[in-house]
Amino acid sequence: MHFNLRSAYAIYKREMARAFRTAFQSILSPVLTTSLYFVVFGSVIGARMEPVDGVPYGAFIIPGLLMLTLLGETTSNASFGIYMPRFTGTIYELLSAPVGVAETLAGFVGAAATKGLILAAIILGTARLFVDYEIAHPLLAAVYIMLVASSFALFGFILGIWADSFEKLGIIPMLILTPLTFLGGTFYSIRDLPAPWDAIALANPIAFLVSGLRYSFYGVSDVPIGVSLGLTLGFLTVCTIIIAVIFRTGWRLRE
Amino acid sequence: MQEPILSIRGLTKTYRGGPRALDNVDLDIRKGEIFALLGPNGAGKTTLIGAVCGLVRPSGGTITAFGQDLAKDWRKARARIGLVPQELATDMFETVWRAVAYSQGLFGKPYDPARLEEILRSLSLWDKKDAQIRALSGGMKRRVLIAKALAHEPELLFLDEPTAGVDVELRKDMWQQIAALKQRGVTIILTTHYIEEAEEMADRVGIIQRGRIRMVDEKRAMMERLGTTEAVIDLAAPLAEVPAALAAFALELSEGGTRLTYRGGNGEGRGRAEVAQLTQALTRAGIAFTSLDIHDSSLEDIFVGLLGEKEAA
Repeated sequence: MHFNLRSAYAIYKREMARAFRTAFQSILSPVLTTSLYFVVFGSVIGARMEPVDGVPYGAFIIPGLLMLTLLGETTSNASFGIYMPRFTGTIYELLSAPVGVAETLAGFVGAAATKGLILAAIILGTARLFVDYEIAHPLLAAVYIMLVASSFALFGFILGIWADSFEKLGIIPMLILTPLTFLGGTFYSIRDLPAPWDAIALANPIAFLVSGLRYSFYGVSDVPIGVSLGLTLGFLTVCTIIIAVIFRTGWRLRE
Repeated sequence: MQEPILSIRGLTKTYRGGPRALDNVDLDIRKGEIFALLGPNGAGKTTLIGAVCGLVRPSGGTITAFGQDLAKDWRKARARIGLVPQELATDMFETVWRAVAYSQGLFGKPYDPARLEEILRSLSLWDKKDAQIRALSGGMKRRVLIAKALAHEPELLFLDEPTAGVDVELRKDMWQQIAALKQRGVTIILTTHYIEEAEEMADRVGIIQRGRIRMVDEKRAMMERLGTTEAVIDLAAPLAEVPAALAAFALELSEGGTRLTYRGGNGEGRGRAEVAQLTQALTRAGIAFTSLDIHDSSLEDIFVGLLGEKEAA
């Protein structure tokens, strides 16, 4: 099995360059959205809220908000990253290059993980302006953020290959990811929900992601961290397998 | 004979729910040659290139490049193949330099600014290196695509309709570029429906129609075999029939006996020599003529004739 490290690095660099080229959108828009959330939920409403699980409300919502932006940005960024070349025809170069699924994913996903970390740093920096907080397990948080960013980059990649219109490209993040994240305990603890909603809420996989990140921040979670990590790794594996199959069969890539 | 650089056997491609784009194609490309694949639109030229370059999944057949089976050793082979697509597909917001540097890396070559500079200079793109591709004209974008294809120094280069939609001056320029690449030892396969292009550039010509290779031959041999010279001679006074003194020539009398038409030769000068003899014979026979028009049939005439013949068959 060969692996073209230079090819993977070229893809990585290109993906990073693409993010910096659209820095205004990639950086400013999450900063603005996060600030708005903190102004409304963190400072104004948060001041009247009881602490949740012993964490002041303003700090409590940070992991959820981070997850909200991370999932949305990573998915749409990765889906555009592969959809646009298909749309404009520049994908011919990737298909004719000596790269397979391994190099392609290493480049795309590596860049997504990097961008995820940068994005998280920006959001956390912004949040710091509004509320005080401390991260209990910074290393775990960083690993978890990269893991989630990688998983959803893969998911976005599949989305970008599946979509045959801009409408389809936007529909999954808008109709599925955002509602699920909102309902996945971003603004409240799942355990505080009345029965049977607490059980129903756990059918939402994103609740596990939010809970996992919250654990790495404050040591409190709705579900054990091992379950969150396992679920994220499982999702990563499933997406990787799907993409490997797509490359093998050439579905929507090779005629 | 030397092993072909590219060998295609029984290549077939049927698009789902569509026609058979390639039908049992056999083709050998020799190292160092310029091979022109000629054919009307929809004949299967782009599909053939796509199958070799990894854009199209063949339905059947084998492709061997550099002695390696592309189905197995595609990674090694693809690093030595370059492709300039027909469509002007470029990353609009990227600068020329970054786009070409990306291609170099993507194909597994170390970053080599000196090499990139050389390529950009040779394509007159050097002063545009920091420009965004979207700001370039169509002809310049075409050059960027060529530069990208050359960035990893391919030994086998595919040019799919390299001069489609390119003005005459740029086309001549492009021909020089292609000739220069051949000088450097690059094997070139180009598709075109400009016969002039094949006639100007190619060592060998293949004619493809409806997914089948109709004919492959040396351009020279093809013109010799199928080429003719036509001479139209307008006479001062009408003749009742072709005089016996001229019986040795393939002549036809028309326009009420005032026009002699010669058709013959081999596209390689014999026809012209015969026409010269014919004019001397006319003078010796005392037949005066007022005008003489000679032209050799081109690859185009051969092409049109061949396709027309097959179309009718």
